[in-house]
Amino acid sequence: MEIYLPIADLPVNLFLLFFMGIAVGFISGMFGIGGGFLMTPLLIFIGITPAVAVASVASHISASSFSGVIAYWRRSAIDIALALMLLCGGIIGTAAGVWLFTFLRSIGQLDITIGLSYVILLDIVGCMMIAESVRAIMRARQGKPAELRRPGSHTWIHGLPFKIRFKQSKIYVSAIPVCVIGFVIGFIGAVMGIGGGFLLVPALIYLMRVPTGVVVGTSMFLTLVTMSGATVMHAATNHLVDAVLALTLMVGGVIGAQFGVRAGQRIRGEQLRLLLGILVFLVGLRFAYDLILRPDELYSVRLLENGM
Amino acid sequence: MRRLLGPAAALLLGLGWAGEARGEHLVVALSSHQVQINSSFVGTDLVLFGSIERDEKSVARNGGYDIVVRVTGPPQTEVTRRKDRVVGIWVNTESRMFIDAPGYLAMLSNRPLNEIAGPEGLRRYRIGLENVTFPQLISGDIGDVPLNDPFRMAFLRLNRELRLYREVPNAVTFLTPNLFRAAIRIPANVPVGTYLVDANLFAEGVMLASSNSAIEIQKVGFEQFVASSARDHGLLYGLATAGLALLTGWIASVVFRRD
Repeated sequence: MEIYLPIADLPVNLFLLFFMGIAVGFISGMFGIGGGFLMTPLLIFIGITPAVAVASVASHISASSFSGVIAYWRRSAIDIALALMLLCGGIIGTAAGVWLFTFLRSIGQLDITIGLSYVILLDIVGCMMIAESVRAIMRARQGKPAELRRPGSHTWIHGLPFKIRFKQSKIYVSAIPVCVIGFVIGFIGAVMGIGGGFLLVPALIYLMRVPTGVVVGTSMFLTLVTMSGATVMHAATNHLVDAVLALTLMVGGVIGAQFGVRAGQRIRGEQLRLLLGILVFLVGLRFAYDLILRPDELYSVRLLENGM
Repeated sequence: MRRLLGPAAALLLGLGWAGEARGEHLVVALSSHQVQINSSFVGTDLVLFGSIERDEKSVARNGGYDIVVRVTGPPQTEVTRRKDRVVGIWVNTESRMFIDAPGYLAMLSNRPLNEIAGPEGLRRYRIGLENVTFPQLISGDIGDVPLNDPFRMAFLRLNRELRLYREVPNAVTFLTPNLFRAAIRIPANVPVGTYLVDANLFAEGVMLASSNSAIEIQKVGFEQFVASSARDHGLLYGLATAGLALLTGWIASVVFRRD
């Protein structure tokens, strides 16, 4: 059944979109991430322009992270104070990202920037995740206990001023790195159409030493606010959010996520991280392939909006 | 009543006048003057019926008649960009801006255009994609470029691939020597706006008569509502979409609640 997307201006099979929503939702539920880094490339692959894909995926992520936030809220597994501090940077980062997005679009370099950012970010993060999880699996094979959180180990980050005690996370850190992390996540989320959960979770665990129990819920809270903000800002400045596309994806996404969560509980943590790492790495590789290989068509045509 | 009489009188006058000036004139009718883009729109086909009306001044045409129907979509400004290799990756470098290029352009005829008229005639009547001017903005000036300009060629090629620009030499069929039909294919990705349809009558390479009509393509219903609110009320639209996302997430958490 074909449905005409009013903003993307093309007909797409409704079931294909719905199925993509379920598939990405399944993966996002399984790994506890938003899934934007998969959804945005998939939409580009079926012919939706990168600009519309990035803008519309933001609302899809905010739907899936909201149902996640509610679930973690009930278990009180969200550190509100930490989330709010992350948000201070996150909202500014999102606004900066939307601004850069608009600017790059006007000079015709948006697609290449999205492509390049995916290659660099996903391949580096993918490699790190694979390496880390392989080490963890090896340790488990050799019968050594899993690496525990070392409360005494401090890095230079812990020496920064403006320290705040986050009671629920049982950490005492400076506000500066927290805001910076929030800013970076908000910024790349708005430019690349990703929630950033797969970056934020490791950053909070390894840099901030936030306990794993509250890290996913807190990360989802930040994603929820930055992606809702990105939806509103992209709609207000670029008029590129396709509500029909977004609604189809989010309905599929929240359903898929339910099954993903159950599947994820059956797999061990380090194996889950290895799978996610491989997935992230492959998506990055796919973008690299497009950038490095000589394209079949060197030219492209794009309509200029009124007033530009 | 007056509203009806006005156009009818103009039509009669126009036809009468055209008939007097030339031996032949065209009477055409479109199967529909409106195309509505709704949520199930996957493109459509329109048909133009036409009749070649002869009068006592018409001379015998040995070669028979030819018909070329030109459908021109709304003008829009488009940018064509070229990718070049920069430090190992392919990046958009040069670009050209095409000013007021038709968003859709079809040349429908009963046989190949070069058999209908010579190159000189086709150029004069602007028949065929090669003979349409596509003004470009070149360093502040607007001008046309030679046919072999790589950007112009790429622009035509890409629009042909999108099925927005087309030359169909068998789209017009003669039902009788004086009665014809032209099939106008409107693909799903057309821009909205007013489309001009000119049917041109040729005989022995000379244009004898032409007739103009128009098609209005518009988004309707929900599609129209979404598109116009996204454009005109961006902030509200964004808030509504974000609200929709939260509602979807909340419903999911209620429906799938397991504890």
